[in-house]
Amino acid sequence: MNLEWLIPFLASTAGAATPLIFASLGELVAEKSGVLNLGVEGMMLVGAVAGFAVTMATGHVGIGLIAAMVAAMGSSLIFAFLVLTLQTNQVATGLALTLFGVGLSAFAGRDLIGRTVEPLPHLTVPGLSGLPFLGPLLFQFDLMVYLAIAAVLAVGWVLARTRLGLILRAVGESPHSAHAIGYPVIRLRYGAVLFGGALAGLAGAYLCLALTPMWVEGMTAGRGWIAVAQVVFATWKPRGILLGAYLFGGVNVLQFHGQGMGIAIPAEFLSMLPYLATILVLVLISRNPRTILLNKPMSLGQNYRPDA
Amino acid sequence: MIEPTPGRSAPRLQLLRISKAYPSVVANADVDLTVMPGEIHAVLGENGAGKSTLMKIIYGVTRPDYGQILWEGRQVEIPSPSAARQLGIGMVFQHFSLFETLTVAENIALALDGSAAPAALAPRIRSVSAAYGLPVDPDRLVHSMSVGERQRVEIVRCLLQSPRLLIMDEPTSVLTPQAVLTLFDSLRRLAAEGCSILYISHKLDEIQSLCDRATVLRAGRVTGTANPREESARSLAEMMIGRELPACRLGPCQAGAARLELKGLSVATADPFGTDLKDLHLQVRAGEIVGIAGISGNGQQELLRVLSGETRTDAPGSLQLMGQDVGRWGPAARRTLGLGFVPEERLGRGAVPDLSLADNALLTGYGAGMVARGLIRFNRVRDFARQVIRRFEVKCGGEHSVAGSLSGGNLQKFIVGRETLLQPQVLVVAQPTWGVDIGASMLIRQALIDLRDQAVAVLVLSEELDELFMISDRLAVLAGGRLSPAVATRTTNIDQIGIWMSGNFEPAPGADTGALAQV
Amino acid sequence: MMLASPLIAAMAMLITGSMLFLFLGQEPVHAFHVYFIKPLGTAYGVGELLLKATPLILCGVGLALGFRANVQNIGADGQLTMGAIGGASVALAFPDVQSGWLLPLMLLAGALAGMAWAAIPALLRTRFHTNEILVSLMLVYVAYLFLSYLVHGPLRDPEGFNFPQSKMFQDAALLPLLHEGLRTNVAFILSLFAVAGAWFFCRRSFAGFRMQVSGMAPAAAAYAGFSEARNVWLAFLVSGALAGLAGVGEVAGPIGQLQPSVSPGYGFTAIIVAYVGRLHPIGVLLAALLMSLLYIGGESVQMELQLPTAITGVFQGLLLFYLLAADLFIHYRFKPRRRIGAQPTPSVDANLPQETAAS
Repeated sequence: MNLEWLIPFLASTAGAATPLIFASLGELVAEKSGVLNLGVEGMMLVGAVAGFAVTMATGHVGIGLIAAMVAAMGSSLIFAFLVLTLQTNQVATGLALTLFGVGLSAFAGRDLIGRTVEPLPHLTVPGLSGLPFLGPLLFQFDLMVYLAIAAVLAVGWVLARTRLGLILRAVGESPHSAHAIGYPVIRLRYGAVLFGGALAGLAGAYLCLALTPMWVEGMTAGRGWIAVAQVVFATWKPRGILLGAYLFGGVNVLQFHGQGMGIAIPAEFLSMLPYLATILVLVLISRNPRTILLNKPMSLGQNYRPDA
Repeated sequence: MIEPTPGRSAPRLQLLRISKAYPSVVANADVDLTVMPGEIHAVLGENGAGKSTLMKIIYGVTRPDYGQILWEGRQVEIPSPSAARQLGIGMVFQHFSLFETLTVAENIALALDGSAAPAALAPRIRSVSAAYGLPVDPDRLVHSMSVGERQRVEIVRCLLQSPRLLIMDEPTSVLTPQAVLTLFDSLRRLAAEGCSILYISHKLDEIQSLCDRATVLRAGRVTGTANPREESARSLAEMMIGRELPACRLGPCQAGAARLELKGLSVATADPFGTDLKDLHLQVRAGEIVGIAGISGNGQQELLRVLSGETRTDAPGSLQLMGQDVGRWGPAARRTLGLGFVPEERLGRGAVPDLSLADNALLTGYGAGMVARGLIRFNRVRDFARQVIRRFEVKCGGEHSVAGSLSGGNLQKFIVGRETLLQPQVLVVAQPTWGVDIGASMLIRQALIDLRDQAVAVLVLSEELDELFMISDRLAVLAGGRLSPAVATRTTNIDQIGIWMSGNFEPAPGADTGALAQV
Repeated sequence: MMLASPLIAAMAMLITGSMLFLFLGQEPVHAFHVYFIKPLGTAYGVGELLLKATPLILCGVGLALGFRANVQNIGADGQLTMGAIGGASVALAFPDVQSGWLLPLMLLAGALAGMAWAAIPALLRTRFHTNEILVSLMLVYVAYLFLSYLVHGPLRDPEGFNFPQSKMFQDAALLPLLHEGLRTNVAFILSLFAVAGAWFFCRRSFAGFRMQVSGMAPAAAAYAGFSEARNVWLAFLVSGALAGLAGVGEVAGPIGQLQPSVSPGYGFTAIIVAYVGRLHPIGVLLAALLMSLLYIGGESVQMELQLPTAITGVFQGLLLFYLLAADLFIHYRFKPRRRIGAQPTPSVDANLPQETAAS
């Protein structure tokens, strides 16, 4: 059997998984605090267009990435203000954020269509990158791929081992009790939502600065939504996100490697796979209500109204 | 632990002319309160009197509109719970503020200011809890604990901060009578060491047994202070209610055929934090009121859900209504058969808060001619709602006022009235007077008795033993998902029931034939 | 009171809009005129307004019904797409038919296709408790890809120079126009029927009451014995059918064939329409007209002032944000903190309303 496609396939999986990891991780933190932010898709696009534009203007990808985080954080701030201070419905506001993000990014990016930038460089680790098999497989990625994995470990550690993580989990489970003890529930949720926004921006920027270095309207193509689904699939545990993202990354890139693998299905059907896989995975996880009940932050999606 | 300071005469806490108003009502008006060091001070009053609001002010959850707070002689402001804790005030809430999916140690770590890690706290938790006779295991997950155990966690949490004033808000509603005695011992020990205790309750006998002084609230104002041991229950009740405590008229029971039967009913709970029901046997006959005692967390939710039809059960013959096997029937079908149900939660379950009373009448009344060919008959709905409002003296702005604008007592009267006037054959009622003022409570209880006199089978689940003794013909206890035999009320007493509430009874399978002698 | 928040939101959007116009180097009043007033100046313009409003009304009415019952169908655009495919398939299967039964069959096929596509999230929610937001949304992308496959492959016009599009529909497969010279067609009338039907359903029917209770207080609905599954199915099937009809309305209307994209996101805009319309059928009608005006205005300023059409998306998103915010001001009357030290009020009522909790 011809295995020439295997290494490029596995390698490109990492690239596809990375934006999913960042976006999901950010959403996980927000949801752990009890806030359901369905605007991930919109925030990713805002981050993407900002990152692209700034990178074009300054020539530095690093600055572009930071700009992406800031821009997406700004959009998440609108969401946070509406939901946390004005107490609007979380689902409707999240949808509004997505629609607004789609519209705003299309508007802001209208002059960027067709332009290109220097993509994020792939790293070379001296000695390791040159290895015959493992080299291309593990040691020739760009920085963000490794950062994504590090981020998962870091967030997992903070949530499980630090006081901040403990407080955040408590807020997500019972904001009333947390408030009764005296924790600033609203402020903590603002922080969690902004963190989610920053990571979503990073994810979006990665798409147009590393994965496919150009700007296309709506280039996230539903990845933001898949990221939200992934948090459920991972039952709100960071390491679950790592697994899920790489699985989805693999399914995602099947459409490009299909020819090489000898699969004779029309391209469009291969492209459907990530979406169908998401549905399948959601069904599997939701079938037993206990799984969700035991892991979902209890106050998720409900607004917390402090008393007078 | 606090060193007692002999000879110190400054009060630990003094409230002067505290007032707090909400948009539509005044919760506290001109309240004065004085608590001395080492004193166990009761705050007595019926539901709606303003006790919880006052405690929220002392604990910094709410700010008063007017008035002063003096702590050990100095005027202070208490802007937040952590400020209250820094002064030395601890509070054990009526509705616990614990986090179910965390351990005891993590819960306590969260509540303590400072950055103690849960692991470091474990030894202190063990020693302090044991010292006061309320042992807890720091590594247990809270959701696996009974309600009584959770209360211990709340108390230990406060004790670890060496409080000088401990506020306990209605602590005994979740305890068996025996556990209440243990709690009182711990509180007396604490008071002897100089800690002041503010004890909120509406239970006169407990206050007489435990407390040194009592401040009585009615409708937001102080109606008197007293030494509970020198007052009679009647005089205290009069201070609380303003008039004599009315009594219910319970005539002799004339029971007929069994209308609701549980025969070996067993249900596994779907809730990961719930209780399974095991082999329940019970009969409720026409013309009698059967009361089921028990504190929450012992299977009441599950039992109510399986009775109402929100949970189905497969085992044939285990649940019978009007002689029919209804285990697999849904709520609507059971209503058609003659089941009425008053749930525990008023807003959000028994009534929809944002809908009018008329719409809420339709909520369960749709089988009584208010719907024809799929369309709503608005006139009939309106008439029925008006009837409920009139017969049950519901204070509201008419049938178009929104359910959420009614007070607890009035809404409960409406819901009970609705279910009653739909002329059920069997009525199941959960916590009929929880959070309801005394006037409405008595009306509701009398309504249940009147229903029973009209040969309806009534089943009441309640945490208030006094209430059950007042209105039930027969009593049973639900503990740990098991049901005790139902005995005639006159043949039992609070102590016996208390023992049963700890689970110490022999359930007699099939023995409840309802033919238990003279009632 | 129901009108207050949409009006406030519209005002806020206009103010932001003028700032946006200024930023783009346009004189605001003139730009507003070109955007909002000019398109309505001609009969043709009004026709375009109604034409674009039609799919928004159809989808919006269905979505509003669902949202009232807490059933969140976010996949209307996918159902619309499948409806378009369904109707187009019938048209392309009978290219030589001229008689009158073709159109009704196409409409039926489209409605059924939309319903079938909507049945998937309904089934998954009722059987497997799966979140319908994510499922219905994923299916949108699947529907888009399916359409792309069809117009690139099986349904491609063999004489179309390899362009990804189907044959143009025959006359009998096109919806009759309402008036000479305007592009508005019969689908608009259908949408008005949908509004009327929905109004009647919500106001007078017991099924509508059940759905409303289900959305406002699910525990009360369970207590009353209202079947949640029935509500979910009803909401999805109705909104799926209406979205499918909207899809047929597009391909048998202004588009006249099957193309790689048959909707500029109507199914998503309809979400905004539903909320701005306060989930009320008449409100949806008015909101759809407003949204339609936003679309047309976008085209108008692009032609006259060379402003980007993407401005429409921004306006629509802003409108929804402002609406959500305005709703809160109306409903809860944002209160500033009380001053401590105010004199206590002497009157006392022993019956505290529920929100201030038992004491």
